[in-house]
Amino acid sequence: MQAIFQFVSENQLMIYLVVLMIFVGIELIEKVPSVLHTPLMSGANAIHGVIIIGSIIVMGQAENLFATILGFIAVCLGTLNVVGGFVVTDRMLEMFKKKK
Amino acid sequence: MKTFILDFIYILSAFSFVFGIKQLGKPSTARRGNLIAAIGMTASILGTIFLNDTVLPKNYPWIFGALIIGTIVGTLMAKRVQMTQMPQMVSFFNGMGGACAALISIVEYDHYLQHADSPSATRVVILLLGLVIGTVSFSGSMIAFGKLEEKIKDIHVPAQQVVNMVVLLSIIALIVGMAGGYLTNPNFIYLILGLSIVYGLLFVFPIGGADMPVVISLLNSFTGVATAFGGFLYDNKVMLFGGILVGSAGTLLTVVMCRAMNRSLTNVLLGNFGGATAGGPAKTVTGSIKEVNASDAAVLMKYSKKVIVVPGYGLAVAQAQHVCHELETYLESEGVDVKYAIHPVAGRMPGHMNILLAESNVSYDKLVEMEAINPEFKTTDVVLVVGANDVVNPAAKTDHSSPIYGMPILDVEDAANVIVMKRSMRSGYAGIENELFYSPKTRMLFGDAKKMMTELVNELKAAE
Repeated sequence: MQAIFQFVSENQLMIYLVVLMIFVGIELIEKVPSVLHTPLMSGANAIHGVIIIGSIIVMGQAENLFATILGFIAVCLGTLNVVGGFVVTDRMLEMFKKKK
Repeated sequence: MKTFILDFIYILSAFSFVFGIKQLGKPSTARRGNLIAAIGMTASILGTIFLNDTVLPKNYPWIFGALIIGTIVGTLMAKRVQMTQMPQMVSFFNGMGGACAALISIVEYDHYLQHADSPSATRVVILLLGLVIGTVSFSGSMIAFGKLEEKIKDIHVPAQQVVNMVVLLSIIALIVGMAGGYLTNPNFIYLILGLSIVYGLLFVFPIGGADMPVVISLLNSFTGVATAFGGFLYDNKVMLFGGILVGSAGTLLTVVMCRAMNRSLTNVLLGNFGGATAGGPAKTVTGSIKEVNASDAAVLMKYSKKVIVVPGYGLAVAQAQHVCHELETYLESEGVDVKYAIHPVAGRMPGHMNILLAESNVSYDKLVEMEAINPEFKTTDVVLVVGANDVVNPAAKTDHSSPIYGMPILDVEDAANVIVMKRSMRSGYAGIENELFYSPKTRMLFGDAKKMMTELVNELKAAE
């Protein structure tokens, strides 16, 4: 039990951030027209690709073969998520540009 | 100094994510929003590589190699995919993010072991939760991908709920065991990995193909949460920020999608709809159907005042959006008022139809959402249903035993004439009969949407 409280106390800022971001996320989606739900989902998909930062850190501190190989794969997959995500979203949104 | 700059970059990136999502919510600014988020992401990636002290320069070749491979493959995949396959593409990329989160946890755990500093219990819990959620998201997304590609069928495991519970409880027990120091063998992490893969499979297997968008959206928010755990692990605020943002936005988006179908999330997740065991015995509709040929259908539309097109997944599969626009332009030139009725869940994702029709330059204001168009059907001469089925099934309003009962539908039966274009009498995703097809107002035009549309256009031109 104490461990949990200690964790909360040590990570106060992060926890404040979590709570706030939950509301920001909800607020941002609430008023979006359904037309944009698919691109939005795709855009959000690209944004969670920020996990790539974690994989770069893991790869960067790799000292043995095991960490190097898995880290390498992780960066590859993370890049796929980021690049693929943004490009697909852009392609979807390209369709919306022509308005008469 | 380096750390200060990096922190500054992270703050700007975090801002770009929120701003980007905000802009993605408006058609006029959406594309710019996506670009802004992408720039923020690039900045934080480069910042991490060059300014983070734990990233050793000797690993640069590996990092850049992986970045280059990922960029080339990702761009090619995203550029080549057909518009109809967008949903599965999103699912695939989401799965990659999940797998990335899982790998990070595994390597980080190995890092702890190498350095013989026993991490605190809370750190282990965070690490393992990141592993579990990332893995579930990965294996679930791959199944969703397979289902949308129609390579995987709905699979019902006997006593599904019980099996799921057992797997989930075992995962929790293992996490507690490892964090609490009761299980000292580090290889238990692989057991958790294996069970998480199984859980992801079991989670998505029973859910019907039509519900995949909801599942993808949910798994998307899972990956967001896994990313947030990664943020905790490295005390990295931009990861936490982006992860939670997507986690919460994704969850809400999932709920909004369910609401559009008038169903609860639990109902979707239990696979009560569209699966092989669709609720109750399917009501058989009796009566006769009337067929119509393209030439009669063309004449009927040509002499109408108002035509509403109801596009569905059939339009997407047949890639009929361009010829559909051609038909629309032609009818308009004959003085017919043409509109499109967009059901919120038509196609495979919300907004799927809008994207397809916008691709073929259909003007934005011709696409009318369900609530706005429903009162208009009464004054409509012809409704042309193109490859849609469940979204125009009156059973949703009249038949209490129907699995889709309560789902808001397009009131096409209010129109004077209904022409249904579809390949066969095969039922839609809900696996139920549609009495609309047997209505005296309805005429069936059997065939592939693109082929039939082309015939309609030709007939119209010939009737000059």
